[in-house]
Amino acid sequence: MGELAADKHVKYILAVEKRKDNFESAVLEHLRMNGAYWGLTTLDLLGKLDAVDSNEIIEWILKCQHESGGFAGNVGHDPHILYTLSAIQVLALFDKLNVLDVDKVSTYIAGLQNEDGSFSGDIWGEVDTRFSYIAICGLSILKCLDKINVERAVNYIISCRNVDGGFGCTPGGESHAGQIFCCVAALAITGALHYVDKDLLGWWLCERQVKSGGLNGRPEKLPDVCYSWWVLSSLTMIDRVHWISKEKLIKFILNCQDTENGGISDRPDDAVDIFHTYFGVAGLSLLEYPGVKAVDPAYALPVDVVDRIFFGK
Amino acid sequence: MHGRPRKPLKPVDEAAVAAKAEKLRALQSEFLSNHQNKIYSKEAVELSAKLLEINPELYTAWNYRKLAVQQNLAQCESDPESVNSILDEELKVVENALRQNFKSYGAWHHRKWVLEKGHSSMDKELGLLDKFQAMDARNFHAWNYRRFVAALMKRSDEDELEHTQNMIDKNLSNYSAWHNRSNFLSRNCSVLLSNLMKKAAPGFTSKDEVLTREYELVREALFTDEDDQSGWFYHLWLLDQTVRSEFPLLVSSWPVEGSDISLPAADYLDGCASMNVFHYSSRNFPLVLYFNQSVRGVNSSTVSVSCGFNLNIDLIWKPLSSTDSQSAKVWATHLAIPDAELHSSEAYQVEVKVGFSQGIVSTTGVAYSHPSQISFQLHLQKTPLESGQDSRFGRIQWKDDCFAVYEPGSAEPDLVNLLDNLTIKNEVESTASTWQARIIDDETNIFRDLLDCKIGKLTVARLLTAYNSLRPLDKPVHCKEVLELYSELMKLDPSHYQYYKDNHSLVLLQQVTSSKESLLSRCFHYRDSTLSTNGSPLCLRLNNLAISQLGSFEKLLWVQMLDLSNNELQSIEGLEALQLLSQLCLSNNKFRSFTALESLRYLKSLKVLDISQNEIGSHSIDTTRYLFRSPLSHSVGSCDWNINYLSSETYWEAFFVLKDMGLTQLDVAGNAITSKSFNVFLEKLLPTLKWLDGVEVN
Repeated sequence: MGELAADKHVKYILAVEKRKDNFESAVLEHLRMNGAYWGLTTLDLLGKLDAVDSNEIIEWILKCQHESGGFAGNVGHDPHILYTLSAIQVLALFDKLNVLDVDKVSTYIAGLQNEDGSFSGDIWGEVDTRFSYIAICGLSILKCLDKINVERAVNYIISCRNVDGGFGCTPGGESHAGQIFCCVAALAITGALHYVDKDLLGWWLCERQVKSGGLNGRPEKLPDVCYSWWVLSSLTMIDRVHWISKEKLIKFILNCQDTENGGISDRPDDAVDIFHTYFGVAGLSLLEYPGVKAVDPAYALPVDVVDRIFFGK
Repeated sequence: MHGRPRKPLKPVDEAAVAAKAEKLRALQSEFLSNHQNKIYSKEAVELSAKLLEINPELYTAWNYRKLAVQQNLAQCESDPESVNSILDEELKVVENALRQNFKSYGAWHHRKWVLEKGHSSMDKELGLLDKFQAMDARNFHAWNYRRFVAALMKRSDEDELEHTQNMIDKNLSNYSAWHNRSNFLSRNCSVLLSNLMKKAAPGFTSKDEVLTREYELVREALFTDEDDQSGWFYHLWLLDQTVRSEFPLLVSSWPVEGSDISLPAADYLDGCASMNVFHYSSRNFPLVLYFNQSVRGVNSSTVSVSCGFNLNIDLIWKPLSSTDSQSAKVWATHLAIPDAELHSSEAYQVEVKVGFSQGIVSTTGVAYSHPSQISFQLHLQKTPLESGQDSRFGRIQWKDDCFAVYEPGSAEPDLVNLLDNLTIKNEVESTASTWQARIIDDETNIFRDLLDCKIGKLTVARLLTAYNSLRPLDKPVHCKEVLELYSELMKLDPSHYQYYKDNHSLVLLQQVTSSKESLLSRCFHYRDSTLSTNGSPLCLRLNNLAISQLGSFEKLLWVQMLDLSNNELQSIEGLEALQLLSQLCLSNNKFRSFTALESLRYLKSLKVLDISQNEIGSHSIDTTRYLFRSPLSHSVGSCDWNINYLSSETYWEAFFVLKDMGLTQLDVAGNAITSKSFNVFLEKLLPTLKWLDGVEVN
């Protein structure tokens, strides 16, 4: 089974940040802000955040901000709530939230709430519970949750709850681990977890663990390391994580490592990427793997970062 | 990002790849420049189409195209042919993009945006969807889009229900189809729920006919491939729909109907103390109402309490829920009983009338329509303070030799009578349950054929448990079989061992609390050599049962002293209902954090707490962090955070749980968190504390 090749993963992340010559990085240029969040949070969880130049990164982040207050995935691209949260989260990692014009950013996010309590991703109006989570998480970090109508936001999330206990992206949408994470985390942050049937959803979630020990995202699908985060953090927030086999999942995640070149992939022997590297390490954190800092299951940031925001001086 | 092999199948031509990447970068750069400069020429727009075909995730390009469309539509001034050709072009671009990646959020949203402009025939859209669903029946984008189109077209629910049936017929292993089916049915069933007799919606017959038909349909899926999960959750939902009680009902209460309660008038358990001490039951006598489901609207208008000593005050009823301020299954209030000096040795008849006026409603919107009345007697006894009463404050020790088996007929309230009346009789349950019991019975017989596999064992265990839930006044049957089934499942499916263990524990507790004989056999007097047993509360000992989850609280509202030591508990959720609890032992369990003790914040009578020998402080991940009222979940104001307790930043969980408690005895040894500084913190936080870890506090 082996161990976590932490040093290799750190090297991999630092290298990816610089690579421009492969096709993959060109195709993913538009979500570099997300990539920064995945890579840097992983570095922090492995205790190596100081390996990067925070000033350079912060400078780039601010270049991605628009007049509207929202952040784009990269310089020159349009603002969107997805990248706005990643920007906030990265600044939180560096304890540099003070570089933000908090009023401006929070107004951008709050402006995306619709009449029914849902949130659009940007001015073009796509609605999804992912955006509800993003708004609530982002505004909570900025201590501006009162800028939105929390009651309506919660009611919209509840309207996306299904009879299997899970949540979909819009009312009537099929339960999917990614959406479940977003809805459960949003309800956790707003103190509304009493709307979740923990035993019902807990069973649905724990049955994501398949024979190989990995987790899938919904019934009869293949296991994938990223569900080690979406499913595991949901189970953690509702105190049902003991309903899966932690040992088997740890084994699955470790088998998805590329121990030669660093990085973690979705499944054993697949190509690695930053996205799965982050979710694999974050999953290991939730499983209390030694040498990995504790991660907060709702904010998806290290616990010490979250505690600093809420309890710090 | 998904499903690509680590070692590429063909050797990679590094130079070619680099060139391809460079070309893409150049195109993107040009596109961004067009976008910045608002250039919507034919060439510029074509460039965006080319980019989206390579990379449908380039969200800015979709935005750009919308801007181009808006400008072009404005220019052609609603000439229908031009409009059509513009929008047709967009639909074509979306189709091409979806061929590259039919999970692209941006592509699907763009199509919706175009369609909302009133273009494209719906039949064409459904045709496109059929094609996509044939390629991947689980693509949730396609299902979502289908819902969008169906709404636009105003297709009937029946037609869409038929579509799910068609998808299921093609392939039983289609969770998405089952989900969509449940979506339609649950919206119609909620109408059926409110009135069984009336024909609720066209095409739908009565609830039991609907359910019987659905059971037949999903049974095929379960029996065809016992490992395929597609039908499992649907079947569980059908079961829930079969047994769930539509009506909110009162299940149990404290005090129990017909009880006779003696209250010592003096401050009983803290006689040695000074003035401002905690109020024992004579000062704050709790009234607890336990419903079968979460309700709101319990207040002094909907619940009237009348008693001899003119308590003409508006009682404040509180829902016992950590985050919900409006509704809960359990509600409580406290009666402040006046000083015994004035009314010594008198008996008062108290009447609690629940739901005689409108206002109590379940969270599913069903009004409480079965009013109940609970009557009991209160005797206030003036007990002279004995000298040396201070020594009543000896330390409680939770050792076997400190407990003596309960003998009926002692000075305690009539326990046997109490235990006979624990569950409130509700007539409505007996009339409705015939068809429910029949369905459960039929299903159980059918699933006994599947007992050699996981889903068979689990389903039979659930069916037998469901059968018992239909008959709350009768002793539960089949407990032994259910416990055996869960034990077998623990061996058969070890990954989910703890799921089965938790369920096993719940059934075990149901069994233990199901009869008064069983409960009595676990009742003990606490005996300490320095104290008499006279008047010491009865202890219910549920220790050493290997239970990992708690339940059956509605049967335990009368408990004042509870021993849960030597079990496998990591949570006490639900214990907040036991408002009389004054002494609680949780030692030798698996509690990982103070946040797991949230329920204790509701136990205003708690004086003695033992949480020694647990795992508090040993875990880096706190699984009850968000099930706990704190600033993190925005359920506690930051003004409640007292900055004088500077060290409490490290102990914030303990701070929030313990700060308002009037504990006299606390044991925390044997947890990783314990240290000298932690004990100093505790002594500061709890001024009423007399004993900490067995040592007298100064």
